[in-house]
Amino acid sequence: MDILLQQIINGLVLGSMYALIALGYTMVYGIINLINFAHGEVMMVGALTSWTIIGLMQESMPGTPGPVILVIALVIACVVAATLNFVIEKVAYRPLRNSPKLAPLITAIGMSTLLQTLAMIIWKPTYKSYPTLLPSTPIEIGGALISPTQVMILGFTAVSLAVLMWLVNYTKLGRAMRATAENPRVAGLMGVKPDFVISATFIIGAVLAAIAGVMYASNYGTAQHAMGFLPGLKAFTAAVFGGIGNLAGAVVGAILLGLIESIGAGYIGELTGGVLGSNYSDIFAFIVLIAMLTLRPSGLLGERVADRA
Amino acid sequence: MKQQQKVILFFIAALGLLILPLLLQSFGNAWVRIADMALLYVLLSLGLNIVVGYAGLLDLGYIAFFAIGAYTFGLLASPQLTDAFPAIAAMFPNGLHTPLWVVIPLAAGTAGLLGVLLGAPTLRLRGDYLAIVTLGFGEIIRVFMNNMDQPFNITNGPKGISQIDSFHFFGLDMGKKLVIGNFELASVSMYYYLFLALVVFSVVICHRLQLSRVGRAWMAIREDEIAAKAMGINTRNLKLLAFGMGATFGGVSGAMFASFQGFISPESFSLMESAILVAMVVLGGVGHLPGVILGAVLLSALPEVLRYIAGPLQEFTGGRLDASILRQLLIALAMIAVMLLRPRGLWPSPEHGKTLLNAKS
Repeated sequence: MDILLQQIINGLVLGSMYALIALGYTMVYGIINLINFAHGEVMMVGALTSWTIIGLMQESMPGTPGPVILVIALVIACVVAATLNFVIEKVAYRPLRNSPKLAPLITAIGMSTLLQTLAMIIWKPTYKSYPTLLPSTPIEIGGALISPTQVMILGFTAVSLAVLMWLVNYTKLGRAMRATAENPRVAGLMGVKPDFVISATFIIGAVLAAIAGVMYASNYGTAQHAMGFLPGLKAFTAAVFGGIGNLAGAVVGAILLGLIESIGAGYIGELTGGVLGSNYSDIFAFIVLIAMLTLRPSGLLGERVADRA
Repeated sequence: MKQQQKVILFFIAALGLLILPLLLQSFGNAWVRIADMALLYVLLSLGLNIVVGYAGLLDLGYIAFFAIGAYTFGLLASPQLTDAFPAIAAMFPNGLHTPLWVVIPLAAGTAGLLGVLLGAPTLRLRGDYLAIVTLGFGEIIRVFMNNMDQPFNITNGPKGISQIDSFHFFGLDMGKKLVIGNFELASVSMYYYLFLALVVFSVVICHRLQLSRVGRAWMAIREDEIAAKAMGINTRNLKLLAFGMGATFGGVSGAMFASFQGFISPESFSLMESAILVAMVVLGGVGHLPGVILGAVLLSALPEVLRYIAGPLQEFTGGRLDASILRQLLIALAMIAVMLLRPRGLWPSPEHGKTLLNAKS
């Protein structure tokens, strides 16, 4: 029972990080129908930027309390990631908006490789230990342990999601975004500037990814140039799982995926009599995805799309 | 006159390709290796082109079939299995050296079968959903190769399989250099000719396929699946056939790769490799054979060549830009730049490809 509860907590934490990344994927896909492969790398840049900032601040201002440093690093990471994603869209995706569908996908893959390589050059390809800035004594809930970092992750995710939902559902920008996702041309005729909306979407996605990156690095205590790839992939899986283009779907899909992964990894050893170990946890995401898409190709909350006319 | 020019050009090209390894050999075997790898990539790209270019099914996990071919050969022609299982060692007292004529069809068959198996559940999916499922499939295969050293050591996990046999043809061992009189042919050069023969054979197959009933049906599916269905094309079987054929190419190249390298590990079959393969196909011109070949050669050989020239640059940047990083950087920049400047690829096909040209948003 304790183990189950522990795995559920871990799964929620993992799922909420996936959710932050998945939202960026799903928003971009909803608007321009592009799998932004570089999204995981934006998360990585966020994490590594915050690592640099934390290092600098700890050196120059030794007395500053941990949470303050973390928040400042987080804000700077968000700004850097947002700028980066804005530039990426402008340089690599915008010129290709009306090209063959494969072209932007290839630039996205190229961008992903490019960012990883640049990160290797700037930050060197080593694992960096990410400092623990919050108290490390875990809190006990019904026999399971949850660290302050994990509490912070859940809190930050909840707040980010609330802000995002407000932004999308109750602001003028949000309405413009929804309209563009529905039909860019008609939205344009109604006075929405698609370019502006798309840029805004990339910026919002990058901010969420940067938050996820900082959370991910503090949770695992490490950061390096390739850290964004697998979480990015799984987050995209989560977005597809929930029905791509659907914000609530991305969150539900991500949380479920986190839970499946963590509970699966906890029990696979017992279930298979030790033949498969927890090192297979990475494939859960993909098996779930394949099963899901075979049974319900539009995802959990996705609309059923008729074959194109 | 035009025809005559074509024939002359063809002969010059053929002669050039035949002499190439002999020229490169004098500069060192490393250069021939680059050419070998380029040919292998051409082979892989040709296979992927059947799936992506002809049938229009975006496959981001193609490297899995390459891995399956490589592991099939690696397991059946190396001491791995006999070392791990005494029972097998007892069955083959001289070590497990399955002959080429058994392993290669087996590798092709296994990969092809898996291609069909993967294709079956994904038939209903289209576009990006298909891409992500195939990507997941590739990752699943890699995770299995990485972890199947426990509880039974089948794949030797991340350490990989080493001491894989080189090819033997009628008493000719391709692992050793061939000496005829005072003329020496290095092992890598022999592999070059083998790969070249395979590539030529594959190009002929692909070309014939493209013009055949099957090829035209694939393109019809690519352009508009519903219309193709309405015209009486059996879309299910043809899609499965495309997956199977593409995978077979992957399996054969995998077996070649395992024998050529003598060593395989899951690291060679990462997702990035799949992505680079798709990039090769798209960069050159999806669905167009000369384009695909060009893309594969450019993306595989050019970064390697530049890597040799880049020594001074490395010193200049204080070792931060080492060779592998530089290669990756160049691939990434090439992918972005070519797509931005020529979204249809460097050498696109002159006709067809309407869906790929202006996909509706």
